Amino acid sequence: MKALTKWIADGTPWVWLNAAAVSASILLVAGLLSLIGVRGIAHFWPLEVQEIVYQQADGSELVIAGQIREVEKVTAARLRESGVEVAQGSEFVTRYLIKTGNRDIIGQDFRWILKPSIKSTGKPLSMVVFEREEWGVFIGRLIGVREASQLLESPDTWGDFQTRLDRANGLRDEIRDLEKGRIGSVNYRLERLRLKQRGLELDGKDDAASLAAIEDDRQTLQQEYNGLELELGRLYAELQRDAVVVNTVDGHELEISMSSIVDAHRPNQMSLAGKFGHFLHNLWKFVADDPREANTEGGVFPAIFGTVLMVLLMSVFVTPLGVVAAVYLKEYARQGLFTRFIRIAVNNLAGVPSIVYGVFGLGFFVYTLGGSLDRLFYPEALPAPTFGTGGLFWASLTMALLTLPVVIVSTEEGLSRIPRSIREGSLALGATQWETLWRTVLPMASPGIMTGLILAVARAAGEVAPLMLVGVVKLAPALPLDGNAPFLHLDRKFMTLGFHIYDVGFQSPNVEAARPLVYATALLLVVVVVLLNLVAIQVRNRLSERYRGLES
Amino acid sequence: MTQQDKLQAGPVIKGLSSHPVAMTVKDLDLYYGETRALQKINLTIPEKQVTAFIGPSGCGKSTLLRCFNRLNDLIDVCRIDGEILLNGRDIYAANVNVPELRREVGIVFQKPNPFPKSIYENVAYGLRIQGMNKRRQLDETVEWALKGAALWDEVKDRLSDSAFGLSGGQQQRLVIARAIAVQPKCILLDEPCSALDPISTLKVEELIAELKSQYTIIMVTHNMQQAARVSDYTAFMYMGELIEFGATDQIFTKPRLKKTEDYITGRYG
Repeated sequence: MKALTKWIADGTPWVWLNAAAVSASILLVAGLLSLIGVRGIAHFWPLEVQEIVYQQADGSELVIAGQIREVEKVTAARLRESGVEVAQGSEFVTRYLIKTGNRDIIGQDFRWILKPSIKSTGKPLSMVVFEREEWGVFIGRLIGVREASQLLESPDTWGDFQTRLDRANGLRDEIRDLEKGRIGSVNYRLERLRLKQRGLELDGKDDAASLAAIEDDRQTLQQEYNGLELELGRLYAELQRDAVVVNTVDGHELEISMSSIVDAHRPNQMSLAGKFGHFLHNLWKFVADDPREANTEGGVFPAIFGTVLMVLLMSVFVTPLGVVAAVYLKEYARQGLFTRFIRIAVNNLAGVPSIVYGVFGLGFFVYTLGGSLDRLFYPEALPAPTFGTGGLFWASLTMALLTLPVVIVSTEEGLSRIPRSIREGSLALGATQWETLWRTVLPMASPGIMTGLILAVARAAGEVAPLMLVGVVKLAPALPLDGNAPFLHLDRKFMTLGFHIYDVGFQSPNVEAARPLVYATALLLVVVVVLLNLVAIQVRNRLSERYRGLES
Repeated sequence: MTQQDKLQAGPVIKGLSSHPVAMTVKDLDLYYGETRALQKINLTIPEKQVTAFIGPSGCGKSTLLRCFNRLNDLIDVCRIDGEILLNGRDIYAANVNVPELRREVGIVFQKPNPFPKSIYENVAYGLRIQGMNKRRQLDETVEWALKGAALWDEVKDRLSDSAFGLSGGQQQRLVIARAIAVQPKCILLDEPCSALDPISTLKVEELIAELKSQYTIIMVTHNMQQAARVSDYTAFMYMGELIEFGATDQIFTKPRLKKTEDYITGRYG
């Protein structure tokens, strides 16, 4: 009893409690990261293709080939309830989720099968996996390669295929450059011409001379466009030249045009190093490619780009505004009831649900401000809105508003940490309050400002709800930054990682295909936020090293 | 203060007329909110001499010192009645340019407060604010000020290093250099040695003795030996009032008032 009292009195339980709380936090974070890490990363590992013979419910046998994506145990009772016959005596049944691909042939690309109904499995070396532009993956055997209308008679079919795939990929790159780059640019300029003409008409300055000049420009562009179109047609024809003949394990033979194959590999023949190489290749494509097939295939590059660009723009908006507001509150305003009231209001703003900011952004920025901007500066484009609809600018501004309280609060904190003696030292040398602020106080408060910015960046990068209202879309046709003047297109809609997760996870027509992408995108979002923060923290540490004041 | 005390303190101030006058304090009252921190201070500061304010903690000597360059303006609740004349003009008049006043009346605080900049930039700070940006002129003035503060030989090879790398005593001399760089008429020292070790204290005291040939110096000190060592005139303050003011020799050897004598001999304080 006495020992217990002593144990309590010397604070040991308290220490244990503290340590337990820390451990729990660490476990939670580690668990979260490893869950999304493992599930997300595993998606990119090239799995072997199993050829499975199994018995269907009606007794007939079916051959399928696919990758085992998931293994789980279900209770026999549950299966019986749903009408599946299960042998007596077994309480649990293992079932596999097989990714069979070939959606164009069998109508689905995932299928659950029960372990007891499997007759035999094997891993034929000849199985190939094609990633295609549409219809998901193809899994089957490569029979031959056709060039033009000629079936090639070479013994090395895979080698023949590889060289033609490389050629097709090269052509595809060319086509994409042509379409997005030069043709996109011509289209952009044509649209500008149309708007210019419309603008002249609205101003009543559409005299014959200027109209003729515009028509002239248009003719030139049209010619350029025709030339490009011709080139594009030629490239497409080239791309269509080759095809492969394949068959599936259940006996379908078909021809797939080389133009629709993005990537191919033979997982059953790959060494560990080969698999790892392919894994890295997949990972890179996920980060660097555009999404395909309603976001369930391909990469997320536009979403990464949009997230980073939005966060940077937001920082540009929020930092000056927040710092100036904090400086006024802390340095100039007479401290009293009113400043106290403002501080409470600012702190409460930080607690307003983010969707409310989205509604505000939509109602005020987009409709009111954007609508006026359109009427004033872009009347030629009406009724199509320019800034009167959600876009990068309004989204960044809404995020800036959302994160403003954080920046104000931490800037104020940074300002109040500066010793009085430093301000007095500066004032005593004949500096005005403004000179003192600008030359001494603000540089010394910059680590505090950076802290605010770090918090703001983390918050904004992960936001989804308000962004849906002010300019984020599931698929943006073009990046908000490109080679057409004025290069940064603030009016364009864009994609972000947070919304991409929501879209892929909950709006996707293909749930099984989308699920690993949700984890992978979530992991990527964490990585992007961590990277942005690391940069900001690095900057902050350098600043605080430089302006480390006398501790007092 | 009784009527008799006042009468006795009066003639001493008049006795200073042998020196030109740098500043004159007339009927100065200072309030912090409702509290009266300084009462009817009348004082004449002689030019190019060291005047020390002594007195127990909280007697208002630092508050009085900070009146001379209007640093008390920074405190919202602080209110001042009366006048302080510098060059015959009241520094509390409405049309006074406060930054300009502070350039003429520099201050050095108890704890060294260098800016988080290089040694060079610390000294150049006030000059840059005045708009001096020619490199050569800056270099010359910085060197002159550092020499004036007896610091040049110690730092001339590391002017671009952070000022925080200096020792406490060096930092305090750097702050003095920073103050004299803008060529003030008067330097206020607010317990300049209380955060320093004895050797640094000695150096700063020597520096004060040198500086008085060019600047009027007003210092606050807790240390009566220091006041006796470095000052020419001493003012003894108690509870917000100026009790006695006179030549340091006279104050320390034959103070007129009992209160002064009690404090100097250590009976309270």
